[in-house]
Amino acid sequence: MSGPNTNYDPVQVTPLKADQIEAMVAEALAAIDGASTTDELKAVRLAHVGEKSPLALANREIGALPPQARKDAGQRMGRARSTVNQAITARQAELARAELTARLASERIDMTLPVEQHPEGAIHPLTAMMDMMSDVFLNLGWEVAEGPELEAEWLNFDALNTGPDHPARGLTDTIFVEPLANHILMRTQTSPVQARTLLTRDLPVYVVCPGKVYRADEYDATHLPVFHQLEGLVVDRGISMAHLKGTLDHLARSLFGDISTRLRPHYFPFTEPSAEIDLECFVCHGASVGNPDRPCRTCRSEGWIEWGGCGVVNPRVLIAAGVDPDVYSGIAFGMGIDRTVMFRNNASDLRDFVEGDIRFSRSLLGGAR
Amino acid sequence: MRAPLSWLRELVQLPADITTTQIADRWTRAGLNVERIESTGGDVSGPVVIGRVLSLVEEPQKNGKTIRWCRVDVGPQFNEPATADEPAGRGIVCGASNFKVGDHVVVALPGAVLPGDFAIAARKTYGHVSDGMICAEDELGLGSDHAGIMVLPEVLDGRPLVLGDDALDVLKARDEVIEADITPDTGYCLSMRGLARETAQAFGVGFTDPYSSPVPPETSSGHPVLVDDPSGCSLFTATTVTGIDPHRPSPSWLVRRLEASGMRSISLVVDITNYVMLESGQPLHAYDGDSLQGAIVVRRAREGETLTTLDDVTRDLRVGDDLLICDDSGPIGLAGVMGGATTEVTASTTTVVLEAATFDAVTIARAFRAHKLPSEASKRFERGVDPALAWAAGQRAAALMAELAGGTVSAAATIVGGPRAMPAQRISADLPATILGADIGHDEVMEVLRASGCEVEVIGSELRVVPPTWRGDLVDPYDYVEEVGRKVGFERIGSVLPVATSGRGLPSGQRGRRTVGRAAADAGFVELITLPFVSDDELTRLGLPEGDPRLSAVKLQNPLSDAQPYLRTTLLGGLMTAVGRNTSRGQDDLALFEIGSVFHQRGDAVAAPMPSVSARPSEHDIAALDAALPDQPRMLAAIVTGQWRAAGWRGPAVPADWTHVAALAEAVAASVGLRLVRRNAEHAPWHPGRCAELLVDGAVIGHVGELHPEVARAWGLPERPAALELDLDALLAAAPGPGEVAPLRTAMVAKEDVALIVDESVAASDVRDALVEGAGDLLDSVRLFDVYRSEQVGQGKKSLAFALKLRGAATLTDAEAAEARDRAVAVAVERFGAVHRA
Repeated sequence: MSGPNTNYDPVQVTPLKADQIEAMVAEALAAIDGASTTDELKAVRLAHVGEKSPLALANREIGALPPQARKDAGQRMGRARSTVNQAITARQAELARAELTARLASERIDMTLPVEQHPEGAIHPLTAMMDMMSDVFLNLGWEVAEGPELEAEWLNFDALNTGPDHPARGLTDTIFVEPLANHILMRTQTSPVQARTLLTRDLPVYVVCPGKVYRADEYDATHLPVFHQLEGLVVDRGISMAHLKGTLDHLARSLFGDISTRLRPHYFPFTEPSAEIDLECFVCHGASVGNPDRPCRTCRSEGWIEWGGCGVVNPRVLIAAGVDPDVYSGIAFGMGIDRTVMFRNNASDLRDFVEGDIRFSRSLLGGAR
Repeated sequence: MRAPLSWLRELVQLPADITTTQIADRWTRAGLNVERIESTGGDVSGPVVIGRVLSLVEEPQKNGKTIRWCRVDVGPQFNEPATADEPAGRGIVCGASNFKVGDHVVVALPGAVLPGDFAIAARKTYGHVSDGMICAEDELGLGSDHAGIMVLPEVLDGRPLVLGDDALDVLKARDEVIEADITPDTGYCLSMRGLARETAQAFGVGFTDPYSSPVPPETSSGHPVLVDDPSGCSLFTATTVTGIDPHRPSPSWLVRRLEASGMRSISLVVDITNYVMLESGQPLHAYDGDSLQGAIVVRRAREGETLTTLDDVTRDLRVGDDLLICDDSGPIGLAGVMGGATTEVTASTTTVVLEAATFDAVTIARAFRAHKLPSEASKRFERGVDPALAWAAGQRAAALMAELAGGTVSAAATIVGGPRAMPAQRISADLPATILGADIGHDEVMEVLRASGCEVEVIGSELRVVPPTWRGDLVDPYDYVEEVGRKVGFERIGSVLPVATSGRGLPSGQRGRRTVGRAAADAGFVELITLPFVSDDELTRLGLPEGDPRLSAVKLQNPLSDAQPYLRTTLLGGLMTAVGRNTSRGQDDLALFEIGSVFHQRGDAVAAPMPSVSARPSEHDIAALDAALPDQPRMLAAIVTGQWRAAGWRGPAVPADWTHVAALAEAVAASVGLRLVRRNAEHAPWHPGRCAELLVDGAVIGHVGELHPEVARAWGLPERPAALELDLDALLAAAPGPGEVAPLRTAMVAKEDVALIVDESVAASDVRDALVEGAGDLLDSVRLFDVYRSEQVGQGKKSLAFALKLRGAATLTDAEAAEARDRAVAVAVERFGAVHRA
C-alpha cells in the first residue's frame, strides 16, 4: 500500500476518475452475470474484488490524492465496491440455489423400494390377547396372579368343591402324571390359582389368572387339548352377583365396544349360583336373529356368543381355603382366550393356534386389535 | 334330554298360544340350556288323511305283480261323489296286500307332498286313474317300516278315528322336540315330569304330578327280595305282571315317543320300562319272571364273580365295589347300570318281575365308569333319582303292561326300604337378595321356593326349608339362592362394577415376560405356542448324553396319544418341528421363538397330599402341595434357519446364523436390564465347537449356538440352523433393581487401537475382559473391530483388534492415554501371552 503522497502528480491519479471507475464496475458486473457456477463466481470475485483487482488497486490510490479530492474519490470507490460486492452476494445465492435444486433433482430415488431390514417379528395373537385382557383388570386395580401348569390334584379339584367322584376327574377328561397315586395332573383350569391365591393372600382379593390349561380333548378345528383361560376372582365383604355382572359388562365393553352380557343359569361345582356368560354379538347386535337375509357368521345368527362360565364362589371353596363365608363372599368367572381370539378376529381353525405356522402368528401384525 | 312337545303339553296344561320357541327361551333362562329344536313330520304337506277301504279288486298284471284297485272313503270333504257304480270315495291303485276291506289306512291325496319332495298327483296306471296313494310308514317319514301299508286300529289312544282327519295329527306324528343340555345338578329334569314341572313354574300354570303316590310301608308279599347293602340301595320295589302276551307289538305312539326321545324300540315290555323312565326319571328293569331263580339279592360283588351283561360282554366285577342284583344263580344285573343276559325279557316272556329301585349315586357312577357302560339308567342314577319315586313309577309301568300287553298286575308286591327324609336347611330370608344383588323380597323368595316344591316355614328372619324329594341338589343355603335366582330370572340382577382395593398389579415375573416377548418380536422373531407332549423318539433325536437332566421327562398316566407319553424338557423340539411345518409350506427363512414351561421329573418324586376340604389345610400340607410338583421352569427358546435377510437391491443375502440368536439373547437380557456373559462351551444339542453358555451373575442360565449337524439332520432341518434356549425364570430373577445412573464425564475422549495376537483357543471375550480390567477407571468403551489371521500372524494364532476409548475427569494427555492403553495390554499379555502388534 502506498503511503500518503505529498508530492503528488495530478496526472498519476487519473485512474480515480469517475468514468474509469464506472468502467471497472461495469466490467465486474458483466463478469458476475456471466458466472454460471459458484466456482466461476469465486474466480470472478478474485478478479474483480480480490487484492489484485483493478478496484482494489484503485482504492489504494485514494491516499495519494490531494486532500480536497480524497473525500469525493473515497465515496466514489466505496459505492463502486459495494455495488460489485452486492452483485456477487446476490449471484452467489442465486447460483447456490440453482445448484442445490439440480443436486436434489439428480438425487431422486425410487422410494417405493422394499425396505425391510430384518425379519418381521410378531407376538402370538394369544399372548397379545392375554395381555390385553389382563390390562383391562390391571387398570381397575386388580392383580394378575399365576400358578404352575403341573398342579396338585387337590388344588385343581378338591379345593374347588369338585369331589372325588366328579366326572371331570376321570382319565377321560383330565391328564394325570404317572403314577396316579402322586396326585399330580396337568391343570384343567386356571382355577387352582384362585385356590392358591385364597390360601396365600390376605383378603380382600381382586385377581385375574391367565394361563395355559389342558384337557384330554380331541384335536380338531374346534377342540384343542391345550388352551388358554383367563379367570377372575373377587373375595370381599358384600360381594354379590351384581358385581359379577358389572365386571363382565366392563370387560365385554373394553374388548368389544358398546355391548352387554347375559348370564344364563348353569352348573359348576365351584360356584353357586353358577351361570354361563353370553356376549351380545358385537357384529350384528342381534339383527341377524330370524333374519336370513342378514346372516351373521360371528354369532351364527344367534345374537349371543357363548363366552365362558361364572358364578358366586361356592362357600365350600371358601371354607376349604379357610375363609369365613359368613363374613366374605366372592365371585369368579373364566373364559377361553383362544375362543375370544376366534370370534373377535374370525380365526376359524383352532389347530392354527398351536401348529407354529408363522403366518398365523403374524396375522394380527403382532398386536391384539 | 330330548323332550317331545306333544308329551310335554300332555303333562302340563299350557295355553295353546305359547309357542315352542317361547318354551325353549324360558327353559334356557331357567338353566335348561336348549341346544336345538327339531320337528318331526314337518316335511309332509298337503292332504294326508285317514281313510277306510270300502272295496278292493285284485288284478293280476302281465309282469307277475298283483295290484289292488281300491275304493277308499277319505271323508266327505275329500270324497268324490257317489256314482251309479261306486259309493262316495276315491279310486286308488295299491301294490300292497296286507290290508282288507274295512281297514283304516293313511291316504295321501293329490296335492300332498311326502318326504323327499315326493309330490302326489292323480295319475293313470294299470288301466285306472289312481287318485292318491295308500301310505306305508316309511313313505310318511314316520319310521323305516315298508313291510306294507299302515293299517290303523279303529280306536286310537281312546278316540275313534274320523275319516278325512289329518293323519299326522291323529298319529301324533307332527311334533317338535326340544333338546336341552341338563346340568349335573338338575337330574330331575332328565324326565318329562321334571321338565313339565319347570315349564309349569316358568309360565305360572298348574301342574299335577302323575307320580305322586307315596311309597307304601315295607312288604314282602311279592317276589322275595333281600337287600344286603342298604347304603347302596335305599329302596327296592318288585312288582310282578303275569299273563303278558309276548306277541303284542309296541303301539306306534309309544314307538314314536321313544324315537323322538332318542331311544330305539326293542319290545313292548322293554319299551314300556323305557317310556316310564323317560316320563318319570325312574330307571326300571324288567326280569323274565320264569328265568329268575329264587330271591333277588342286592349286594356287593364277591371274589371271582363275573356277569354277562345285555350287550353280551362278560365283565369281571369289582369286589366290594360293584353293586349287584343276584338270584340263586349268582349275579343277574349290575345295579342301576345294565341287566344281565340270563334273566333278559325275551320273545317268549309272559311273566315279568319289574324292578324299580333307588341306588346310591356314587356307587352307580363308579360302576358305569369302571365298566365303561354309560346308559340311560346310570346317567339318571349318577345325578340322583327321586328317592320316593320308585313305587309310583313301577306301578305306572305295570299298569301299562296290563293295558298294552294284556298282562295282569299281581296284587302282591315287595317293598324293601323306603324314601329318605330330605335335609332341612335354615337360610336368612335376605340371603337370595344379598347374594344375587337383586331386589327380591321375602314373600317372593317363599313363593318361588314353594312353587319349586319346597316346604317353607318362617322362623323370625330366617326360613326353614325342606326340599321336595326330587330335589336332592338343594342342600346348602347358596343352593336356595341359585334356585330363587334362576326362577326369578338372572336378568333381575343389576350390574355394578366393584371398586377394587388397590392390588399389586402385574407381578414382576409377568412384566418381565411381556418385556422379553416384545423384545424378541422387535428383534425379528415370531412367537409360537406349541404343544408340550413328546415321544421317546423326539427325546432320542435331541442327541443328549446319558444322564442329561432333559432325559428325565415327566411321564403321563393317560397321554392323549400313546406315541407321546412325555412332557417336554426343552422347547427346542417344538421349534424344530415347527421349522419342518413351515418349510413344508414354503416358508424357509425362519426366526422363531417360544416362551413356555418345561417339566423335569424329580428324582425324589413324592405324592401330593389330599387334605380334607372341611377347613383350611395346615401350613405343612400347603407346603407339601408345592413340594410335590415337578420343576417346571419357564424357558425362552429361539431358532433361525434360512436367510436372515434375503438378497435384495441393497445387497446380497445374509444367511441366518448363530450371531442372530446370540444377539437375541443379548437383546432380551438388555430389555430387562441385564448383560449376559457368553462363554465358549460344549453342550448338546449344539455343535461342540459352536456353542456358548450364557451366564448371569456367574451362573449358567442357557446356551446359544449352531445346532449339531446330526441333530439338524435327525429333525430334517436345513443346513446350519442356530438356536438359543435359556431359563427365563432365572434371567428374570437376576434382573437388577432400579439401577444406577453414573455421573457423565464431559472431558475429551482419547482413542487408542490395540491389536493383540493370541492363540486361536483364547476367547475374544476373555481378552476383552483383560483389557477392561487393565485400563481401569479411565476406560470409556472397548470394541472388537477386527479378527485377522495370516502367515504373518502365525499358525494357530489370531489377531484381535480392539478400539479403546479412554476418558478421565479432565482431558487426558497423549502420555496418560498411552499409559492406560499399555496397562490394558499388559494384563492381556500376562494372562494370554498376547503379543501386541504396534
